Amino acid sequence: MDVVNQLQRQFLDYSASLHREGFLDDQFTQLQKLQDENSPDFVVEVASLFFEDCEKLINNMARALEQQQGVDFKQVDASVHQLKGSSSSIGAMRVKNVCIAFRSFCEAQNREGCLRCLQQVTQEYSLLKNKLQTLFRLEQQILAAGGSVPTIE
Amino acid sequence: MKYQYISDFFIALAYFSIPLELIYFVKKSAVFPYRWVLVQFGAFIVLCGATHLINLWTFTMHSRTVAMVMTTAKVFTAAVSCITALMLVHIIPDLLSVKTRELFLKNKAAELDREMGLIRTQEETGRHVRMLTHEIRSTLDRHTILKTTLVELGRTLALEECALWMPTRTGLELQLSYTLRQQNPVGYTVPIHHPMINQVFSSSHAIKISPNCPVARIRPAGKYMPGEVVAVRVPLLHLSNFQINDWPELSTKRYALMVLMLPSDSARQWHVHELELVEVVADQVAVALSHAAILEESMRARDLLMEQNVALDLARREAETAIRARNDFLAVMNHEMRTPMHAIIALSSLLQETELTPEQRLMVETILKSSNLLATLINDVLDLSRLEDGSLQLDLGTFNLYALFREVLNLIKPIASVKKLHVSLNLAPDLPEYAVGDEKRLMQTILNVVGNAVKFSKDGSILISAFVAKAELLRDPRTPEFFPVPGDNHFYLRVQVKDSGIGVSSQDIPKLFTKFAQIQSTAIRNSGGSGLGLAICKRFVNLMEGHIWIESEGLGKGCTAIFMVKLGIPERLNDSKLALMPKVPPNHGPTAFPGLKVLVMDENGVSRMVTKGLLVHLGCDVTMVSSSEECLRVVSHEHKVVFMDVCVPGMDGYEIAIRIQEKFTKRHERPIIVALTGNTDKATKEKFMRVGMDGLILKPVSLDKMRSVLSDLLEHRVLFEAI
Repeated sequence: MDVVNQLQRQFLDYSASLHREGFLDDQFTQLQKLQDENSPDFVVEVASLFFEDCEKLINNMARALEQQQGVDFKQVDASVHQLKGSSSSIGAMRVKNVCIAFRSFCEAQNREGCLRCLQQVTQEYSLLKNKLQTLFRLEQQILAAGGSVPTIE
Repeated sequence: MKYQYISDFFIALAYFSIPLELIYFVKKSAVFPYRWVLVQFGAFIVLCGATHLINLWTFTMHSRTVAMVMTTAKVFTAAVSCITALMLVHIIPDLLSVKTRELFLKNKAAELDREMGLIRTQEETGRHVRMLTHEIRSTLDRHTILKTTLVELGRTLALEECALWMPTRTGLELQLSYTLRQQNPVGYTVPIHHPMINQVFSSSHAIKISPNCPVARIRPAGKYMPGEVVAVRVPLLHLSNFQINDWPELSTKRYALMVLMLPSDSARQWHVHELELVEVVADQVAVALSHAAILEESMRARDLLMEQNVALDLARREAETAIRARNDFLAVMNHEMRTPMHAIIALSSLLQETELTPEQRLMVETILKSSNLLATLINDVLDLSRLEDGSLQLDLGTFNLYALFREVLNLIKPIASVKKLHVSLNLAPDLPEYAVGDEKRLMQTILNVVGNAVKFSKDGSILISAFVAKAELLRDPRTPEFFPVPGDNHFYLRVQVKDSGIGVSSQDIPKLFTKFAQIQSTAIRNSGGSGLGLAICKRFVNLMEGHIWIESEGLGKGCTAIFMVKLGIPERLNDSKLALMPKVPPNHGPTAFPGLKVLVMDENGVSRMVTKGLLVHLGCDVTMVSSSEECLRVVSHEHKVVFMDVCVPGMDGYEIAIRIQEKFTKRHERPIIVALTGNTDKATKEKFMRVGMDGLILKPVSLDKMRSVLSDLLEHRVLFEAI
């Protein structure tokens, strides 16, 4: 059981670092609490959904901002709003913060600002995706080793 | 011849002087109307005189001139005489009539004088009467009135003696009460049925009586010729406990007698106006006396009332003191008695649990039983005092009727089975499951009644039946003052407990509900109890606006206790809510809301999934929709709550709320609509309120928040805001 303990400790440290660096916030903890025997993969499912959503939205925004003749800021704003909602639901704090900034640029109809934000969002999203995938892999390893995923306080 | 001469001369003189005198006197009196006549008369006389004068010359030989003059004179005289004579015929009747008129006027004057005298006397009488009346009425004191009357009358009429005789208490004699001159009336009495006195009493006028009448013999008699005496009646008002509607009739009036005596030896007579004065005064005195009597009576009544008032006040204060003392006693006893009782009972029960020898066990059991009885007794007594006070109030609440009866059954079954009694419960199918009332006291009442049934039955069976009382059966001929009226939000529960025990004889039935009264029979005395149980039940039943009574066909034939109480019907929503949500403490496990059907509407897939996860974790049955049209299509009366995400710009969540409300007309079918939003500024909040959303939750939602939100919502049906 040493392996399990080790893996569990690793998981906890990683989790803590994610929280510390602001990738995830309390909402994510709440989601983890919702995971139980009835829905054992709840967090993974929500995360996958989030990633799909994110990609779709980012593509939409990119296309909208590329329009040379008149950017439809309304559409961009809608997409950003959605992204903000999704990220806050899952607890992706950094992504959410970028979205907030993004929204103000949209309101100001600042194309340059928007493009910059879009880049930031894409960056954050990729980072988060990697981190979460690592976390999930750790979880799988723990479960495979016969242990239980420790709950984070 | 010479004498003729002289005579003629004197005649002539006389004739000449008469007119002079006439003229002189007429001139003096300016009034004589007949001047002309006088002139004529004067002329006549002058001429006559002239004739006579001239006659003087005719005695001797006279010349023709003298003869001519004589003739002329005579002719003139004749003419004037004739005219005068003729005139006088007219004038003398006039003069005579003047005389007659003068006589007439003199008579008239005399008459007027007389009348003046009369009027003056009357006016004086009137003045006297007014003065007397004023004096009499200026006081309400009986003695002063009478004294004043006598004094004033004496003065006005210059009487020698004036006396008042009042009827004695027995009414058979007249007693001398007041006199004018004699300062101390001796208390002389005279029987009332003297013919003269009767005569006076029967007339309202002042009547002259003989000085020999016994009432008139009060002055020192003897030497003088007694003056005339007059007596008049004075009606008296005799009141005792006077009632306004009960004025005594005139025929039962009593009279006093006023006797007035003129001074002896004065030969004065009673004049009519004096009699009238006396009558008027007598009337005034009567009125004044009646006023005085009324005043005395009302003063007496007032004094009586004041005394009664004082006595009542004292009694009230005493009663208040008594009540306060009792309340203090109760308050103290309540605590002081119960504390040791609890200690005894608790410790005895604990003792029972330990290792004991059989004798010890028996002893402890007896102690426990006795102390339980004592505790019940104390509770009963204290309860009853509170009930009597009127300070007991029902604790109304919603409870399950079926559960109540089941519990009663469970409690009574052990005791009944010990006595080999069979207990059966029969609940009518239309009996509502839930009712609003005082559960604890209703249970107490039923237990008491059933307990009595068990206590007084040695064997047989006990049947408890409960049903909703129908309107026709509600009117009980035995209790005409109790007419219950069933209504929309309450019903009357009728419970009958029939036993086959020793029964009650018909004359004992009324005593059953009286405090501390027990039917005197050995069987009952042995079974203990304070006799308070039914009295308390009756009080409770009365508080619940009901009625309780016992029917029995006689000793040995069992008896049936029946009572009806008014219970409220809870709202239907409470029913469904209670069915869904058994009371669990808030921090219970995940399945706090089993099977609660909810609808989640959210465009954003991720947040939709998160919300679903939350609700599924709490045990709800979640339906997800992602658009407003879908929401409206899918929402049904099965969904109890609709969670709506409204922070998407461009989509009006409010409109959906309105449309959902429209879809469900009956309020209790409509699901509770809760908005999930990311911002809660005041405008948004107000908008939600206006639209009719039942609640508002700020995202992000934690598990605990969701749980508490759901429990609040289901309990109160509205939540205003959960941050």
